[in-house]
Amino acid sequence: MLESFSAETLARIQFAFTVSFHIIFPAFSIGLASYLAVLNGLWMKTRDETYLTLFRYWKKIFAVAFGMGVVSGIVMSYQFGTNWSVFSDKAGPVVGPLMAYEVLSAFFLEAGFLGIMLFGRERVGEKLHMFATVMVAFGTLMSATWILSVNSWMQTPAGYSLNAVGQFVPENWWEIVFNPSFPYRLVHMVLAAYLTTSLVVGAVGAIHLLRDRTDKEARRMFSMAMWMAVIVTPIQIYAGDVHGLNTLEHQPVKVMAMEGHYDSHPQGAPLILFGIPNEEEKRIDYAIEIPYLSSLILKHKWDAPLEGLDTIPDDEEPPVAIVFYSFRIMVGLGFAMLGLGLWSLWSRWRGTIYEAPWLHRAAVLMGPTGFVAVLAGWITTEVGRQPYTVYGALRTSDSLAPVDAPAVATSLVAFIVVYFFVFGAGTFYILRMMNKRPATPKLGLRDGPIRTAGITPAPQVDPDFIPGE
Amino acid sequence: MVFDLAFIWAGLIAFAVLTYVVLDGFDLGIGILFPFGKSEQDRDLMMNSVAPVWDGNETWLVLGGGGLFAVFPLAYAIVMPALYMPITLMLLALVFRGVSFEYRWRTTRWKGIWDAAFFGGSFIAALCQGLALGALVQGIEVDGRAYAGGWFDWLTPFSVLTGFGVVIGYALLGATWLVLKTEDDIQVQMRGYAWWLGAATLCVIGLISIVTPFQDPVYFDRWFNLPGSLWSMSVPLVMVGLVWSFFTGLNDQSDLRPFLSALGFFVVSFVGIGISFYPMMVPPSLTIWEAAAPDSSLAFALVGAVVLIPIILGYTGYAYWVFRGKVDPAGGYH
Ligand code: HDD
Ligand code: HEM
Ligand code: HEM
Repeated sequence: MLESFSAETLARIQFAFTVSFHIIFPAFSIGLASYLAVLNGLWMKTRDETYLTLFRYWKKIFAVAFGMGVVSGIVMSYQFGTNWSVFSDKAGPVVGPLMAYEVLSAFFLEAGFLGIMLFGRERVGEKLHMFATVMVAFGTLMSATWILSVNSWMQTPAGYSLNAVGQFVPENWWEIVFNPSFPYRLVHMVLAAYLTTSLVVGAVGAIHLLRDRTDKEARRMFSMAMWMAVIVTPIQIYAGDVHGLNTLEHQPVKVMAMEGHYDSHPQGAPLILFGIPNEEEKRIDYAIEIPYLSSLILKHKWDAPLEGLDTIPDDEEPPVAIVFYSFRIMVGLGFAMLGLGLWSLWSRWRGTIYEAPWLHRAAVLMGPTGFVAVLAGWITTEVGRQPYTVYGALRTSDSLAPVDAPAVATSLVAFIVVYFFVFGAGTFYILRMMNKRPATPKLGLRDGPIRTAGITPAPQVDPDFIPGE
Repeated sequence: MVFDLAFIWAGLIAFAVLTYVVLDGFDLGIGILFPFGKSEQDRDLMMNSVAPVWDGNETWLVLGGGGLFAVFPLAYAIVMPALYMPITLMLLALVFRGVSFEYRWRTTRWKGIWDAAFFGGSFIAALCQGLALGALVQGIEVDGRAYAGGWFDWLTPFSVLTGFGVVIGYALLGATWLVLKTEDDIQVQMRGYAWWLGAATLCVIGLISIVTPFQDPVYFDRWFNLPGSLWSMSVPLVMVGLVWSFFTGLNDQSDLRPFLSALGFFVVSFVGIGISFYPMMVPPSLTIWEAAAPDSSLAFALVGAVVLIPIILGYTGYAYWVFRGKVDPAGGYH
């Protein structure tokens, strides 16, 4: 089946596949690392055991997710060379140093303090342990900063010149790092990670509340998560809107694809809510649209003219349908999250936030939607910038390594099999841990002797024992 | 010798790779020795002796690769496609071994599978690193700015030799690390293994040293003409000292000396390879200066490296200090 694809297509599928798996873990570990730091800080401040129990609980889940993030990330950093070597040769002088900074300032920090955070509380004392926890969280944020600078530079390149052999030569590092789309993308992605995590934490809290609405830890985490959701979602929607305006300025073609504007609208463009892009006929079938709204959102003027894809040569157009759908999935989920947040606020105001089974069910349902929105957002961003890897300057088809299709096909199949097997198992273990109550002493199996003097002694019979485990 | 940015960076990359080899070497070695753990407890102990530090060790690999991408993008762009298969296999192997640190504590039914993944992943990763090293020493065919060979060029008797050499060498590092970190039965067992693995490692190093100069006449020149020959005289001398310290260390039941001496074997071999390579980045045709990124990239990245690498070494050292001493068998995991 794979024989019919070119090496380029296969390499693109491979990149999309591996990076999509990878981003799922950072989206969770960036948020969770900060959450753990907050929990540990609150425990030190209030000495309320609930926080400590929650810290221990999420720490174990974090360890598994983080491990998956690390190994899938290492694959990414070598894939630039194996599959996209021409890109590496040309863009390496600009993006390489940024990624080197990421390794030096972020990956080492995370890895160096992770061991102390996971295993070292008794060894280094509480204060240093707190410090290590904060360093891990800080490391994940630094990592996001650098890699998003890299990615944003590829979207909106700045501060470079080209040399005789076609390499991008850095001229102004400030302009490169703080390229035009970077601040927007960074804010939008970090908020996305926080939202994703709060939805997961909220869903886990909700599951346990549905089983036992007096569960202390479940109450605490559900409440924390819902505060987070209600505060962050509106900011995220606003950030997304501003990000879109920035994209309109620097990558107008991408916005045309997102909006589904095949045709130019000299007198105000409609906002297409739904429809089915018809790439052959270059129109949106069955479009449901609101007149003038697109011009109003993008230009803040109801009858401002907006150009469409008809002004763009065909070989400069991204695949419209993918961008169009994925953008709507992201935005739709964003508003669903807002709905959940507002609902929780209302319940809280009425004092029934812990006794509202329908709210809890909705929270469970929304648990995984952060990941879906993150993936949809990245697909919008990345597919929307095709056919370029460095926007306007280096085409995807000119970035490829001189590798044979069979080599790429073989490794692609290997990645697919291994990733589904390994990350499938990891996800299963995480879900199984989440299914146990936070106060369960033996969360995973064989966690070793419980030496946590102070808390309820370990029961003789594990109430959450699952036969066959 | 030109002491400029490209030269400094070649030194830094070499330092990152060497640090990777000695640090991840012993923790991959523990994976390779894993099936020889006599009991459940012994295997838990072996894994726990590296659980808090393995991630940091592996980050040096990311620095080696990422650093090459940053400062020698052309070398990265040529070497990675040339080593497509061994690199991809190594990455997949590292996936298996990395996750097994957490997974094997989360299940009973599949524990055997993750134990096997830890061993298999460590073994294959080490083998692939050795294969890649051999392929690089043999030389890589370049045309213009790209790799020009086929996708199986890396597989030769020489690279197979270096592949197994690295596996044996890492196993030696793993065994001596366990001598340092454990007590009683398992320590005795590992001391025995260390003896044999040490002897085997030295044989392989000897064999590779004999064969290498014949891979490319240039290597021959570098070793047997001044100023290279000054080095080539001292390398065997230092080696003799290390061998003495290694075996007497084992006999005297010293905890630390065998491990340090085994690390020394690696450092010396690495310096030897460095002598053979210099001034090539990708033998036989691409020099350090041809592969280097523009000065603006080298300078920018160097600022970060000079400031951050000492800090990294500081807190990495601290992490090792925190987890110093023998592993506590009752310590459990988290
Ligand atoms: C917005 C955040 C983000 C994005 C877009 C990416 N990553 Fe990532 N990456 C992280 C955020 C992150 C992280 C939060 O820092 C991780 C996740 C779990 C972890 O261990 O660190 C990580 C881990 C991680 C590691 C392992 C680090 C270690 O050894 O500790 C590598 C080598 C990469 N990534 C490389 C990449 C590459 C080459 C990417 C692009 C193609 C990429 N990441 C996209
Ligand atoms: C982590 C979140 C990311 C996701 C989910 C993602 C997703 C994707 C997808 C789906 C494509 C395929 C587009 C197509 O071929 O039509 C793509 C392409 C690409 N992305 Fe990203 N991306 C992410 C981050 C990054 C980052 C941070 C970089 C750079 C450092 C990057 C570099 C590239 C490159 C070079 C391509 C072109 C190769 C290709 O077309 O497959 N991506 N990405
Ligand atoms: C509901 C309102 C939202 C709007 C208007 C919005 C807008 C946008 C736009 C315009 C882009 C593409 C930017 C570009 O490529 O130039 C984008 C990308 C993205 N979105 Fe959203 N978004 C919204 C909600 C969300 C939510 C709820 C999440 C996740 C929880 C999310 C996650 C992402 C991610 C990860 C990207 C790719 C990275 C980036 O370019 O920042 N978005 N968003």
